[in-house]
Amino acid sequence: MKTMFQKSKKGRTGVIPEEPEKKAADMVPESLLRSAPAALPELSELDVVRHFTRLSRKNFGVDGNFYPLGSCTMKYNPKFNEKLAALPGFTDLHPLEPQLRGAGQFTQGALEVIYSTEQLLCEITGMEAFTLQPLAGAHGELTGAMLIAAYHNKKGNKKTKIIVPDSAHGTNPASAAIAGFDVVSIESKDGIIDPKALRESLDEDVAALMMTCPNTLGLFEDHLPEIVDMLHSVDALLYYDGANLNAIMGQMRVGDVGFDVVHLNLHKTFGTPHGGGGPGSGPVGVNKKLEPFLPVSRVVRLEDGQYFLDYDYPDSIGFIAPFYGNFGVILKAYAYILRLGRDGLSRASEYAVLAANYLRKRLENHLHIPYNRTCMHEFVVSAVNQAQNGVKAVDIAKALLDKGHHAPTVYFPLIVKECLMIEPTETESKETLDGFVDDLIDILETAEKDPEKIQNAPYTTPVRRLDEVRAAKKMELRE
Amino acid sequence: MPYIPHTTEQTGEMLETLGLDNLRDLFSGIKEDLRPKSFDLPPTMSEMRVVQQVENLSQKNNTKICSFLGGGFYDHYIPAAVTDVISRSEFYTAYTPYQPEASQGTLQAIFEYQTAVCRLLDMQYSNASLYDGGTAIYEAAMMAVRSTKRKKILISEGINPIYRRILDSYTTNLHLELKTIPQKQGQTDIDALEAALDEDVAALVVQTPNFFGCISDFSHLFAKARKYKIVNIISVNPLLQSVLKTAGEMGADIAVAEGQSLGLPLNFGGPYLGIITCNGKLVRQMPGRVAGKTKDSEGNTGYVLTIQAREQHIRRQKATSNICSNQALCALQSLAHISLLGPEGLRLTAETCLENARYAAKRLVEIPGIELLNNEPFGHEFAVCLPVNAYEIVDKLTEQGYIPGFPIGGYYPGMENCLLVACTEKRSKQEIGMLAEMMRGAL
Repeated sequence: MKTMFQKSKKGRTGVIPEEPEKKAADMVPESLLRSAPAALPELSELDVVRHFTRLSRKNFGVDGNFYPLGSCTMKYNPKFNEKLAALPGFTDLHPLEPQLRGAGQFTQGALEVIYSTEQLLCEITGMEAFTLQPLAGAHGELTGAMLIAAYHNKKGNKKTKIIVPDSAHGTNPASAAIAGFDVVSIESKDGIIDPKALRESLDEDVAALMMTCPNTLGLFEDHLPEIVDMLHSVDALLYYDGANLNAIMGQMRVGDVGFDVVHLNLHKTFGTPHGGGGPGSGPVGVNKKLEPFLPVSRVVRLEDGQYFLDYDYPDSIGFIAPFYGNFGVILKAYAYILRLGRDGLSRASEYAVLAANYLRKRLENHLHIPYNRTCMHEFVVSAVNQAQNGVKAVDIAKALLDKGHHAPTVYFPLIVKECLMIEPTETESKETLDGFVDDLIDILETAEKDPEKIQNAPYTTPVRRLDEVRAAKKMELRE
Repeated sequence: MPYIPHTTEQTGEMLETLGLDNLRDLFSGIKEDLRPKSFDLPPTMSEMRVVQQVENLSQKNNTKICSFLGGGFYDHYIPAAVTDVISRSEFYTAYTPYQPEASQGTLQAIFEYQTAVCRLLDMQYSNASLYDGGTAIYEAAMMAVRSTKRKKILISEGINPIYRRILDSYTTNLHLELKTIPQKQGQTDIDALEAALDEDVAALVVQTPNFFGCISDFSHLFAKARKYKIVNIISVNPLLQSVLKTAGEMGADIAVAEGQSLGLPLNFGGPYLGIITCNGKLVRQMPGRVAGKTKDSEGNTGYVLTIQAREQHIRRQKATSNICSNQALCALQSLAHISLLGPEGLRLTAETCLENARYAAKRLVEIPGIELLNNEPFGHEFAVCLPVNAYEIVDKLTEQGYIPGFPIGGYYPGMENCLLVACTEKRSKQEIGMLAEMMRGAL
């Protein structure tokens, strides 16, 4: 399909705004003006609308396809949220308004949304306080690592290392490194953290352990209480990566069991759309020990019920985002939590775990499942047996696209060869799950009889298999 | 329960497949002492009640006021077709295009977005977008630190103070030296910046229009800095780039911008759009996602995420950044906006903003006691000095439904009497006239 630049016709116009009286050259010295107009597309409104409509048809999305992308929690995104997030009472609100004394009154509704969402997240996780500022999950991780650094600096602790298990979420090592820590990796045993390996890596230099629980194999960390005690015994903190919170709502609260810092992914657990890669939202919760270090500003409720921004936290790590977070995303998560309520959130986790286990059970005779025991909301299968016949995990993933399913996450976690990480979520019906299993079995049978057919998949997508090596070599990143 | 499709019968069948009696059995791995101490949340609500409750909250906000607030975030008109395009759920219910064959819509849009912002800023490469304009400055500075292996960052005080604070927080533990060169009456002090250049500097960070609205040409400064192999970083307003001297024309190595003014609503601070572009080899240091063109097995053109060897999922702790998402939908939104307006529409919008700002400045300085902070050329925003504390005026005028601008004193101590006034194309001459009359009355 042609790009919008290829479709451009010189002199064609789309949405034309009002004509000003003066030209830029009448208002700004010539030396400060651009020499020629930007070579941007000249299209009619219909050209643009049709271009994007056609592009949209080249995408899989949750609304059209089963999307069992492990660790991404691709659940249904309720439509009423889109309607609420489009209310002009929110979209037209300038973020500097609450920083003006007199205009804070104009933003009470928005500040209440932030305050109430923080309270709800505290109750869901058992943490003491939240900041909604982090703009994505990885941004939450970085914020968490900065909080850990601030805590130890304040206490005069000279701690330089963060431990990341090999079964943790993929961004953890980079987040810890970017906050200035050395990263120590520990190997898991039987799919979960090995307390012995942890003990060997644990010394006075360790600032924290970043844990994903359930981990990226979908397994609950059975040694959790022991790990908490070990960490706290050397004044190291425990970080909870909330990428997989959808497994445990109502079953366990991370604050109750001893985690000190947690980030959540509102776009995963709380049903806000993933947007093709963003915007996300990665709120960070802390216990009492870490509360003084939270980023500013913080939303405070006065006794008379008014909300205002408070910057007076001398130990705060400072600004980590321009304002109060991705407000449009936060608003959807707030409405989602209200809609589901106590029982709805608990049920969501129960059915997410049921769906994953049901799929695991139905697939266990067809694919190798390295840790075949009760899993949480996701599980990992391996195509090692098929690979001996030349059909790799990536081939199976592409063949699933031909069946109309988005593929699971492939080749992550790194500790399982030829792996596919499957997360069905609670919003997919039994019929969809059964259909997926039937299609996968069909692919595996074909892989045995006619491996080449699967190796050459996909056949029905807008393009056939794409050459990623060529892209990296040629580096054509624009027109 | 909302959004859970399983009937009681189906739940029973699934449990039976697993050999379990009830859902609780699935969680037997979570021992009794790990169970929640409380889970005291409100009961499930109907969609109707939630909608009512949130609509009520939206009405507690007042967006009917006439506002001259800017400070880097602007109230522009967004054509209806922009909103319509991004409302297609094939875009918004997808995720990062890990399976390119099933994500060509998102990927081609990112490729086009990269092309559009490169052409607007006159730069060579763009990534798929970052969180916002502030974190983009931080990422740009880190690109410079990595590529030069130097530790010093020279930053103009004319950079948006919010962004400078973000940079402060992020670099706290990284053993870097941040040197801020003070502004002079709201002007970027180019001479002082030039005097501070040396072989230890990794990055020079400047902004135009700066926080006070002043436009500068940094061509000469950048040429000087290049002699020391310093990475020149500029933060620009992307809408005004349609008429003003571009980042590329000035010789920037990295250009960043907050993309909000390209079709994104103010939305109380987010989601916004971090634009980052660069030239030459710096692309290898680029953080986040990048889309590239390639061929499929039959020779057809297609798009994939590329040069991933920089990224966290491959490089782990040695990655150029921990970022694994982008603001894809916001990038798409800005692309729709750019393509609907076209070069002509963007230019006309920018010119109307400039014209309105000049009219406002003229009307305000006619009032005795009010003068411009400096006589530099400005964009669609300018600072005035008042005979009283700017907060006082803001307090008085907001009571009458006008926000006359942003008091600068909170971020620049000693400038308590200064007010930053922004004009977009949405402000009419009548509204600007009313603003002037109210200011006159309030003084």
